[in-house]
Amino acid sequence: MRGASARNFGSRLGRFLAELPTAPMALIERALGTSRMAYVFLLPNIMFFGLFVFLPIGIDIYYSFTGGTALFPSQRPGVGGLQYHYLADCKSYFDPSSCREDYFWRGLWTSLKFTAVQVSVMVLVSLATALVLNMKIRARGFFRAVYFFPVLLSPVVVALVWKWILQPQGLLNALITGMGGHRILFLADAGWAMFWAVFVSVWAHTGFYTLILLAGLQAIPRDIYEAAEMDGTRPFRQLVRLTLPLLWPNLLVVLVLVTIRGVQTFDEVFALTGGGPGTATMMIVQYIYNTAFASQVPDYGLAAAASVLLGLLLLVLTLTQLWLTRRRRNA
Amino acid sequence: MKTPVQRALVSTVLLAAMASVSSLAYAATTLHVMWYSDGNEGQVVAAQIKDFEAKNPGINVVLDQVPYKSIQTALPVQLAAGQGPDIARVADLGGLAKYMLDLRPLLPDAAQWDANYGPFLTWMRLPGDTTSIHGYMTQLTITGPFVNKTLFEQAKVPMPGDKATWPQWAAAIKTVAAAEKVPYPIAADRSGHRVFGMILSQGAKVFDAQGNPAVVDAGFKAGAQMIYDWHQQGLMSKALWGAVSGATYQGANTQFANGQVVMYESGSWQISQFAKTVGTNFDWVAVPTPCGPANCSGMPGGAAVVGFKSTKHPKSVAKLLDYLASPAVISAYYGKTLSVPGNVGVAKAGVSYVGATPAAAAALKVFGNEVATLAPVAYKLQGYAKNKIVFDAVISRLCEAIVGQSTLDQAYARITSDIKNQIAAANGK
Repeated sequence: MRGASARNFGSRLGRFLAELPTAPMALIERALGTSRMAYVFLLPNIMFFGLFVFLPIGIDIYYSFTGGTALFPSQRPGVGGLQYHYLADCKSYFDPSSCREDYFWRGLWTSLKFTAVQVSVMVLVSLATALVLNMKIRARGFFRAVYFFPVLLSPVVVALVWKWILQPQGLLNALITGMGGHRILFLADAGWAMFWAVFVSVWAHTGFYTLILLAGLQAIPRDIYEAAEMDGTRPFRQLVRLTLPLLWPNLLVVLVLVTIRGVQTFDEVFALTGGGPGTATMMIVQYIYNTAFASQVPDYGLAAAASVLLGLLLLVLTLTQLWLTRRRRNA
Repeated sequence: MKTPVQRALVSTVLLAAMASVSSLAYAATTLHVMWYSDGNEGQVVAAQIKDFEAKNPGINVVLDQVPYKSIQTALPVQLAAGQGPDIARVADLGGLAKYMLDLRPLLPDAAQWDANYGPFLTWMRLPGDTTSIHGYMTQLTITGPFVNKTLFEQAKVPMPGDKATWPQWAAAIKTVAAAEKVPYPIAADRSGHRVFGMILSQGAKVFDAQGNPAVVDAGFKAGAQMIYDWHQQGLMSKALWGAVSGATYQGANTQFANGQVVMYESGSWQISQFAKTVGTNFDWVAVPTPCGPANCSGMPGGAAVVGFKSTKHPKSVAKLLDYLASPAVISAYYGKTLSVPGNVGVAKAGVSYVGATPAAAAALKVFGNEVATLAPVAYKLQGYAKNKIVFDAVISRLCEAIVGQSTLDQAYARITSDIKNQIAAANGK
């Protein structure tokens, strides 16, 4: 009896709460008209984005036209486009050592190199993993969980675990020397450091992208494959002619997300290699961080100008994704 | 048995009482102290702060113990935003001077500070300022090498003497490392003080006649070449210097304590740590800085506890610092932390080091004697307010040459332009 009355109370309370905004919303609708109600519903989101996204972007752009070391905008003198001029002051953009801000160009080229390699490897590994996990294999649920698990770890934890494995006295070197090999300075050699930066990034994030591709694979109707089998289509041809075209929207999402994330990479690589050896794995975001926060003379203006340029690069990538998606839809 | 209503009433009353007590506690002045430790400094100062609180019931002190990296990177940003602590233990004395509180008008006996901390107060002042008192030295540091004596004995190689040169040490260490299969024959912290601790002996002048930085000269090049060559020959491992980028600090104290280093160029602040971490695992000694053609000088430095202008309680800040810097308290601090004293009076009177092992006591003596061998340019560089700009440029660019990303000549050109650009930026461009 008590349980029933509690349920009754709960349902009445639920109904009351659901109907609570009806009267004020009706009032607003009467005042603004139905066509403008969309803006009312959008207002909370617009305020949130305005405060935490658009306002910081505005401040960043403002800072990029100021100089000096003061933190507060009111204390910073305007310098026009001087910061952009410093960043662009190069004899050759392909040779960072010829640039005034060589670290900016090194960071940019390293980020682009890292992104190009990481995107290719990540998409291939995620696709292969998704295809395998979509098959009827034993312990499929277990393997899906195993591949997704690294995604749950903090990037710093991932980097520290791998740093422990890769350091001169680490697990991997213990294995190599135990088998009679020579110790390898994985994080002190430019080539190895970049290899491991990509490897760790792929290891940590493959699970997430696999999940997106797996969802796409499971949305492909089974009967298409049955029809193809009846026509005698071989499995590889099925993959190329059926699976990949039908998976293209998901692949595109993965491609764009991985690319944007690649350009933004900072935390994992910073914790793993510190940007070293030298500047071999120093990404553009680390340059921005170092310029603004890790030098005795914090150059917030130069860091802001660099981040505006990075923002523009990301904007171009996002617009390309939108264009590709629309073109595909229209086709 | 109490009813739920009674229980709720009792809980409410208890919560209200707790809130009242909390608000009473907040009515007192609360000072926030940001502190980093190399060894047991935090533990020692925490006890001294408790004594201070007992004598000054109106002042609560919250000791926030943080890693050294936070002091180097997070604190300057906090201070720039006006959100810093009231007091902090810092090592970048000149760089943070603009945020420091002048204690002079707040101190009951400023003359005592002038007499005891006078030579070091200039390190905490902006150029042109000759009077401010910003804080006291928790230690005077001197860079210098620690040597794993046991490795020399096992390899049956005699240790070079007190006036031995860097090349003589390098040759002996090479033999020891080869015989004992040591992964890091020579290691040095990735720090400007340590680099200049090795380079000054080669005759680097660092400044021009007007006192402006003119870092790259023949002496500097000789020192940089020496460090570069050691990395290429495997005497110094790229895994320590090359494993990070920019001016990031990287110590080798763990490797030394694990017996993986023959000579570790670091400094006096490591003594208390090694007394504990090395223990009886092997015999270690501090040796005088090896000589070069110009001198046998290391680099002086130190850590100071300073107050900040942004504090809302300047009088309480001055009261706490005056207590901690008083001769009896600071002498006990130096004694318990095994620090080289940064207080003239205490240094003259002598420090009674508590529980110093024979190795630690001997090391303290070596570093104490080193004060007399420091070159004038070493003091000048330490007192230069923008010295971190010089240090950061040298470490970053030298490291790039070491790992093969540039040549030494390119590194020299970049060191010069980095210092010029950074100083221009510091002056508002």
